[in-house]
Parts: sequence; C-alpha cells; structure tokens
Amino acid sequence: MRRAEFVTATLLALLSVYLMWKAGEGPEWDTEYVHWANTGINIDGSGPGKGFWPFYLALGMLVSCLWILVNAIRRASPPSRSEEPFLDGYAKRMLLLVGGGLVGFLILIDLVGMYAAIAVFMLYYMLILGRHPLALSLATSVVVPFWLYLFFDIVMTKVQPKGLRWIEDAIYTPAGEFFRGQPLLVIALFFLVSGAVLAVTARRARY
Amino acid sequence: MDIIAALMDGLWIAVQPHNLALAVIGVVVGLFVGALPGLGSVNGVAILLPFTFVINEATADPAAPMIFLAAIYYGAMYGGAISSITLGIPGASTAVATTFDGRPMALKGQADRALVTAAIASFIGGTVATLFFTGFAPALSAVALDFGNPEIFALMLLAFATFVGLGGDDIPKTLFSIFFGLLLATVGFDTISGEPRLIFFNDREQAAVMEAVGASTDAVPFFDSVGWFSRGIQFLVLAIGVYGIGEMLWTINASRYKITMSETTISGRRILSGIAGMRDAWKGTTIGSLLGFFVGILPAAGATPGSLMAYGVAKMTSRNPRSYGEGNPDGVAAPEAANNSASTGAMLPMMTLGIPGSPTTAVLLAGMVIWGLEPGPRLFEDRPEFVWPLIGSFYISNLVAVLVNLAFIPLFLAVLRMPFTILAPVIFVLSVIGTYAAYDNMYDVWLMVLFGIGAYFLRILDYPLAPAVLAVVLGTTAEEKMRQSLLLSDGDFAIFWNPFFDRDGKGQEWWIAPVTTWIALVLIALPVILWAVRTKRARRVAA
Repeated sequence: MRRAEFVTATLLALLSVYLMWKAGEGPEWDTEYVHWANTGINIDGSGPGKGFWPFYLALGMLVSCLWILVNAIRRASPPSRSEEPFLDGYAKRMLLLVGGGLVGFLILIDLVGMYAAIAVFMLYYMLILGRHPLALSLATSVVVPFWLYLFFDIVMTKVQPKGLRWIEDAIYTPAGEFFRGQPLLVIALFFLVSGAVLAVTARRARY
Repeated sequence: MDIIAALMDGLWIAVQPHNLALAVIGVVVGLFVGALPGLGSVNGVAILLPFTFVINEATADPAAPMIFLAAIYYGAMYGGAISSITLGIPGASTAVATTFDGRPMALKGQADRALVTAAIASFIGGTVATLFFTGFAPALSAVALDFGNPEIFALMLLAFATFVGLGGDDIPKTLFSIFFGLLLATVGFDTISGEPRLIFFNDREQAAVMEAVGASTDAVPFFDSVGWFSRGIQFLVLAIGVYGIGEMLWTINASRYKITMSETTISGRRILSGIAGMRDAWKGTTIGSLLGFFVGILPAAGATPGSLMAYGVAKMTSRNPRSYGEGNPDGVAAPEAANNSASTGAMLPMMTLGIPGSPTTAVLLAGMVIWGLEPGPRLFEDRPEFVWPLIGSFYISNLVAVLVNLAFIPLFLAVLRMPFTILAPVIFVLSVIGTYAAYDNMYDVWLMVLFGIGAYFLRILDYPLAPAVLAVVLGTTAEEKMRQSLLLSDGDFAIFWNPFFDRDGKGQEWWIAPVTTWIALVLIALPVILWAVRTKRARRVAA
C-alpha cells in the first residue's frame, strides 16, 4: 500500500504539471500567442483570462500531491503505514474479471447493440463469476435487457445503440416493428409475464 | 398565511395521481437502494437521474422528476436501517450509527422492535425537518435575493472549506479532490471568452488516434463522438462512474460477495407492539429530529455526521449511558431520526442558495439544472409551481415511506438475501445504459467506466471523492462568479475579503461576502491551527 501511495501521488503530481502547461496554451489559430499569457489575473482590464482558473487549480492539485508525498514520507497517512498489498490476489483477479468484463461489455455494445451486449454481460457475470444455475442465469440475462428495451426503446423512445448494420437488421428492426405498434397495456403485459417467468425460474432454483 | 396557502396548493399537486405514483415508486426504490449494502442515497439518485429526463418529458410537470428523486433520497434513509439491524452492516454510511444499538437488539431477538422504532423515528425526524424547511426556506431565499457575485462565490468557498475543516478525511487528499473536481468542470469551452481549453485532442489528433486503434466512425463506431473533450466532462459521467462503478468494485472487493443475515420474523402484532414501545425511544427521536436538521444544513456535514452526532448526544445526555451499545431503543431512534431530518436540512441551502452541501444534493442540483431550472434564491419567486409541490411531496413521501416500510419489511428482508453476484451486474448495466440515455454518446460511457476504475483505486488509498463530485457541479458557476467579481474589482481580490472595498463607487460597505470568506479561511486553516495547538501541548507535557 505504501508504494502505491507514492506512485499514485507522483503520477497525479505529473498530471497536475501537464494540466498547468495545457492551461497556459492559447488558441490554435493564434500564431502570435505567447505561452501562459492567458493565465493572468487582469488581461487588458477585462478580468482573468480563460487559463487563469484552470492553471491555479492545477497548481493547487500539485501542491496537494506534494503534501500527500510529504505525509507519506513521514508515514502520517494510514495507507503509507500499511504493510498490506495495494491489491491482493483476490482484488487483482476481481479487477481483471469484473473490469475486463465491463470493457468487453462496452466493446460488444458497438458490435451487437446495447441489449444483446447486456444479455451477454449478465450471462457472463451470473454464470461464470456468480456460478448461478444455468436456467436462472439464462432467464435473468434475457429478462433484464428485455425490460430495459421495453422501457427505453419502446415506451420512452430513448433509442440505444444497435450495433453493426446486419445485426440491427436481423434482430432490432423486426423487434421494433412488432413492439412499437402495441398499446401500452400490451407492453405492460409483456413486462409482467417476463417478470413472472424470472420469478418462477428463481423459485425453482431455490432462491 | 401566504406560506400556508402555498403549501396547501403544493400538497394538492403532490397528491395528484402521477406525483403520488412517482413518490411511491421512488420510496420503494430508495428503500431497496438504502437497504442494499454498498449502495446509498447518492448511488440511487446518481444512477437513476437519467431516468428522470424521460419522466420530465412524459409528465410535463416541473416538480415530477424532483419528487421522484427526493422520494428515493427519503426512502434510502429509511432503508439503511434495515440492513444495519438485520445484517449488522450499514446499508449506507448514513445508517452506521444505527448498527451500534440496532444490531445488539437484533441479536437479543428484538429485530422487529428495532425495525419499527427505526421506521417511526425516521418518520418523526423527517416530518419535523420538513416543518422547519417550510418555515425557513422562503425566509432564507428572500435574504439571498440580495446576494451578488462575490457573495455567491464566498458561499461556495465556504462549502469547500467545510469539507477541509470538518470533513474528517485526509486534508491534502480532500484538497486534491476539490481542485480536481473544479478542474474537470473547466474542460471544454470557456463560458466567458467562448474559446476551447483543456480539450487535449484537436480534430487532427483525434483522427490520428482513431486511425491508430483501427477504428473509424464509419465501420465500428468506437468513441463515436466528434470532438471528445470539447464536449466538456458531463457531471453524470463522473457521478455515475464514482458511485455506480467505483463504489461497486470497492464493495465487491471489501465484502467478497459474502454477506450473512440474521433471521427475523415480523407480523402485524409485532409491529403494533413495536409502535407501543416507542415510549422508550422518544428522547432519542427528539434529539435526532432537532440536531439532524441543523447539522444537515451545514455544507459537508449532512446525514452521516448528523446521525453520529445525534447518537453521541443521546448517549451523553442519557441517565444510563452504559445501556448504549447493548441494545437501547434510544440508540436506534436518535440516528434514524437524525439522518432523515438531516437529509431534509441538506436540501435547504441547495434549494435556496443553489449550493449543495452533500453529494446527494449535488446530484439533485445537477438534475434541476438539466431539467431547465435555476436553483437559487429566485427559485421561490419565479418557480412556485416547482417549489411548493416539492415541499408538499416531502410530507407525502415521508408518510408513504413509513407505511411502505412497515408494510413490506418481510419483502425487503427477502430481497436482502439476493446474492451480490446478481445485484452487481444489474448496477453495472444500469450505470452504462443510464449514461448512454443521458448523453446519447458512447464516448461518455467509456469515460464513465474509466472514472469508475480510477475512483476504485483512489478509494483504496483513502482519497475522498464526494468533494470532487460536489466540485464538478459547482465548478462552472464558481468560476463564473469569481471572474465576474474580479471584473468588477479590476482584478482586485479585496472584493472578497474587505468589507470596505468600494464596489460601485458609492462608498457602500459589503459585509456578507467578507465575513463568509473569513469563516471559510479560518475553516481551511483550522486543521493546521489544531495541529499546532496539539504539538505545543504535547511538547509542554513532554517538558
């Protein structure tokens, strides 16, 4: 943990220096601009420039990071006294499986659309990470995205990504054509019936 | 009389079927969110804020989305107690103090009594605070109408200073969090000059990156947005990242999916006997209700310190302080009344001054801005059709919350048995779909997940992230008010700290901004002063 405290504070200090530099940059089209010129407090009598506030905030970040480093050297903060590892074996594995799953989920959204990606992610999480029974995992990973689809795409017409064109044509377009024409009561019925299927599956799996 | 008439109108609108339905749904969601360990009111409000955009469009009632979120906020305060008592781990940080006596009561076989005491105390705390709110809010907003740019900036400084002085977290890390949040708010276009700043990638560089990762906007729309950082960093991207993804990763790591629950049975008869048992808890309820509200008003204080403080005061003033920690009903009532009371108190500066004191109220404030409202003193003057139904809904939501809570305790207990490996992916999915629904942009979703993973690392190292969330919300206004003030003073900072600074050439004195600034400066310096006093005392003792 101690090493992580040093590394993090140093990285954040470097980020602060970079942000200070960026704050002093001028507009791309102004070739005569001198770096830092817009960080002044009163430029031509019209108050602080656009870089003033970000520059001093980044400076504040830098000073805070140096303070954190001083505290770490003096062992004044709990993480700098801790002998425990920053991420133990479990945490590393969890981060890889859950974080990796999340990244995979986001990539899938662009390929197969939001709802199919949710189904795959839920199935992965419940079956592989949660080790739940196959029937329950399958039911949940179908019903949850179905509910969200009915809520966002159909009832609220807040359209989510649909992935590659041929997937959109194969799955989402026919589904949209079917559900968009239905009255709200029928949609509610679909909602409840799918919920009942999920509840029955959960009960059978003794949850 | 005006207030009473306005309140009656507000109550009438709040009980309209769509608002009542939203209050009930909000309370139920809040109860679940509050009861589930790892999630609190702020997580619920942040993750579900995108849903209110659709409520706003569907109902065309300005108060409806806020009624929904405020109901979640209340519900979560009630719900926290359920897991504190039956699981022994607080459902949310606001219910930490409830475990002190709630858990011993459950272990003695009095879980039902503890749950009923918590619910009734919460109801009383919430109602007392709403009465205070109704009385104070119009008066405070009337005073705040005279505030100019320097006053508002000084108040924002005070809000951040209280985090440093009273927050109780590592000071440099708190400061870093505040500066970082404020800086994130500056990304994008400068509101005054209209020029881009901190956008990191111009169009050419952005195209080069896209080509390097093999993605193009035509084939596979990774990062499908044009002009990444020039869009600015949206508040919800950070809030959902921190509270949806980061917090969840942290909870998974801390709990390792293992949570055990004590068995509890509850029936109508037990609820009635629990209500009769409230006579043993009236003192804690009174202390919690009164103290909670005033602690809630303070920025950076809010429901968690409010409930801890109420517990402390109840114990200190008790004739039998030793019974605390052994299962004293007063020890359950005091923090529960206080956290509900404080959550209403925290809405006071948010609604009247436009300055939120806690992360949850910061999310609520951001929501109001997105729905097209301008929080601040003018709200009471200009938008009574929003304000009074909302205040009316505070009363209604409290009543709904206590009824739903008492009626469905067995159901909540059943839900608490839901394995974390089902809950966690649902939260992740809601975070992703909510962010996309809010901004129609995959780039924001990627950024949200990156913030979440970053927040998880920082959380392990004890960096407080609530100040950053608050700072992102206030950042743009804070900069605007500061720059406009400095424009007025020709770049002289004395406008903030000197009451005799001549703002308008009329020789008038201005006291509010300087007094607020000085209090803020003292608060920032407080930890250093305390450290110096302690060191001196230690040296004297050593000598």
